[in-house]
Amino acid sequence: MADVVVPRAKPQMSEAYAWNQLKHNRNWLGFWFMLPAMAILIFFLAYPLGLGIWLSFTDTRIGRVGHFVATENYEWLWDDSIFWLSVFNTLLYTFLASAFKFGIGLYLALLLNENMPFKAMLRAMVLIPFIVPTVLSALAFWWIFDSQFSIISWSLKHLGLISQNINFLGDTTWARICVIFANIWRGVPFVAITLLAGLQTVSPSLYEAATLDGASRWQMFRHITYPLLTPIIAVVMTFSVLFTFTDFQLIWAMTRGGPVNATHLMATLSYQRAIIAGQLGEGAAISSAMIPFLLAAIMISWFGLQRRKWQQGESND
Amino acid sequence: MTDLPTRSIDLKAVLSGSSPTADHSEGMSYLQSVPRRIVTLYLPLTIIVVVLLFPFYWMALTAVKPDEQLLDMETYNPFWTWSPTFKHFHKLLFESYYPHWLWNTMYVAVCATVLSIFASVLAAYAIVRLRYKGAHLVGGLIFLAYLVPPSILFIPLATVVFQYGLFDSPLALILTYPTILIPFSTWLLMGYFKTIPFELEECALIDGASRWQILVKIVLPLAVPGLISAFIFCFTLCWNEFIYALTFLQSTSNKTVPVAIVNEFVDGDIYRWGSLMAGALAGSLPLVILYAFFVEHYVSAMTGAVKE
Repeated sequence: MADVVVPRAKPQMSEAYAWNQLKHNRNWLGFWFMLPAMAILIFFLAYPLGLGIWLSFTDTRIGRVGHFVATENYEWLWDDSIFWLSVFNTLLYTFLASAFKFGIGLYLALLLNENMPFKAMLRAMVLIPFIVPTVLSALAFWWIFDSQFSIISWSLKHLGLISQNINFLGDTTWARICVIFANIWRGVPFVAITLLAGLQTVSPSLYEAATLDGASRWQMFRHITYPLLTPIIAVVMTFSVLFTFTDFQLIWAMTRGGPVNATHLMATLSYQRAIIAGQLGEGAAISSAMIPFLLAAIMISWFGLQRRKWQQGESND
Repeated sequence: MTDLPTRSIDLKAVLSGSSPTADHSEGMSYLQSVPRRIVTLYLPLTIIVVVLLFPFYWMALTAVKPDEQLLDMETYNPFWTWSPTFKHFHKLLFESYYPHWLWNTMYVAVCATVLSIFASVLAAYAIVRLRYKGAHLVGGLIFLAYLVPPSILFIPLATVVFQYGLFDSPLALILTYPTILIPFSTWLLMGYFKTIPFELEECALIDGASRWQILVKIVLPLAVPGLISAFIFCFTLCWNEFIYALTFLQSTSNKTVPVAIVNEFVDGDIYRWGSLMAGALAGSLPLVILYAFFVEHYVSAMTGAVKE
C-alpha cells in the first residue's frame, strides 16, 4: 500500500507530510521528548561506563595517553595484597553495615508506627541524618572519635570504665568499628522511613483478626508484617547494599583509608591510585572490579520488584 | 492541594500518622499496659533518637564554644557552655573563602537541578503518556542508570571532563550531576504522571492542543507536588555530592562546601575544631531549613523512588 501512496503525493505535500510526521507521530515525538535526558545520560553515563572498562585494559596515566596492555592491570592487582585487603574491607563494611541498618531500621520503623504523642515531629527528626551532607556529619564523627578529646573516651573515663583514651581512628579494629558505626548512623533513617511507608499499607484488620485468633506480637510480626513487607525490604536493601558497597565520602572524610589501609574500600583505593598517584588505568581496573558485585545486587533488586507486583496483584503497567 | 486520586501509600500519613488506616495501633493499644509501653516503646525510641541527633548537638556546641573550653575537659563541663562565642563563624565568613564556597555549591546545585528536572519531565512524560515504541525498555534502562554509582564513573569521567575542557569549572559539575539526578527524578515523575487521569489529556487533544501544550498547561500544574519533591530531593543530592566535586575541581575558590571543608580546613592546628564544626554546621543549615519546610515532599520523594 505504502508503495502506491508515496509516488502519487506531490513533492511539497510529502514535505508537509514529513514535517507532520515529526510533529505528531508518537515515535518521533517520543524521540524529541527523550532527547535532553538521553543526551546527558549517553555522554556522561553510558560513554564513561564503557570508557572506564576500556581504561582498565590500558596503562593510561594522568596527562599521558595509554596503550592497550590487555589484562596486565588485573594481573598486577591479583598479586596486590592491599587490593585484596580493600576487597575484604568492602565486603565486611557492606555486610555488617547493611545487616545493622536493616535490623535497627526495621525496629525503628515498627516503633515509629505505634501511636504516641509528638509522632509527626519524631518522624521528621529521625530523618535529619539523611538530609545533612554525609561529609559534614562525617566530620562531626571525626571530632567525636578524636584520639585526645573524644567525648566518648571522656564519658567512659568518668564512668570509670576505662583508664586510657581509646585511640578510635588510630587502631585498626576501632577504626573499622567507627566507620561502620557512622555508616549505620547515616543509613538507618532511610531504611526506617521507607519501611514505615510500607508498614502503613498493611491493613489493620489483619492485626485485629490475628489478635482475635490469639496470636502473640511476635507471631503477628512473623506471619503478617514481615511477609507483606518483603517486597519493599528487597528494594530498600538493594539500594542500601549498593550505596554502602560503593561508599567513598564517609571513609575519605574520616580516615582516608588509614590506619595501615584498614579502612580502605575499593572506591577509596581506586581514587588514591587513579587521581592521587595518577595511575588511571589501575584505578579503573579497581572500580571495574566492583561491577560484578553491583550486577549481583541489581539482579536481586529485579527479582524483588517482580515479586512485589505479584504480591500486590498489580498488572504489569 | 490537587484532586489527584490517592496513591496506594498516603505519603502525608507517613509523617503525620493522620490517615485512618495508619492508626491501627490506637484500636489495640489498650492491650498494653503503660509500664510495658515505656520499656518496649519509649525507652528504645529515646535511645535511638538521642544517638541519631547527638552528632548535630555536638557539632553545634563545638561551633560556639571558646577554644580553651574545647580542649580543657576537666575544668569545664564538656556538654554545655555558658559563654558561647561567634568567633569561629566570624573567621569562617570574613577570613576564608567560605561565602564563595557556599555560593558555588548553591549555583551548581540550582543549575544541575533545573537542568535535570527539565530533562526528566520531558522523558517521564514521553515514557508514560506518549508510549512510543520501546518506551518500556527505555524506562528499564533509566532505572538501571539509577543503579550506576558515581564511584565507578569518576575515573573515566575525569578524562572526559578533561577532553571537553571543563576541568576546574562549575560547568563540569552542572553537566555530570544530572547523571545521578535524571534517573531518579524521571522515575519519581513517572509515578506522578501515571496518577493523572488520561481523560483530561484526551479532552485537550480533541480540543486541538498539541502535546507540548498538554504537558505545560494540564500535566505540569497537576504534578506540582511531584515536581517540588523531585526538585528539593535533587537539590539535596547535589549539595551532598562529594566525589565528582573532589575530582573535577582544583582551585580553592571554585570548590563546593563539602570538598572545601575537608581539604582546606583540615590542618595540623589543634584549635581547628571550632571553625571546622562551624563550617559543617553552616553547610548543613540550608538543607535542614529546606527540609523543615518540605518534610512531606522529602518523604514522598524518598519512598516514591523506591516504590515506583
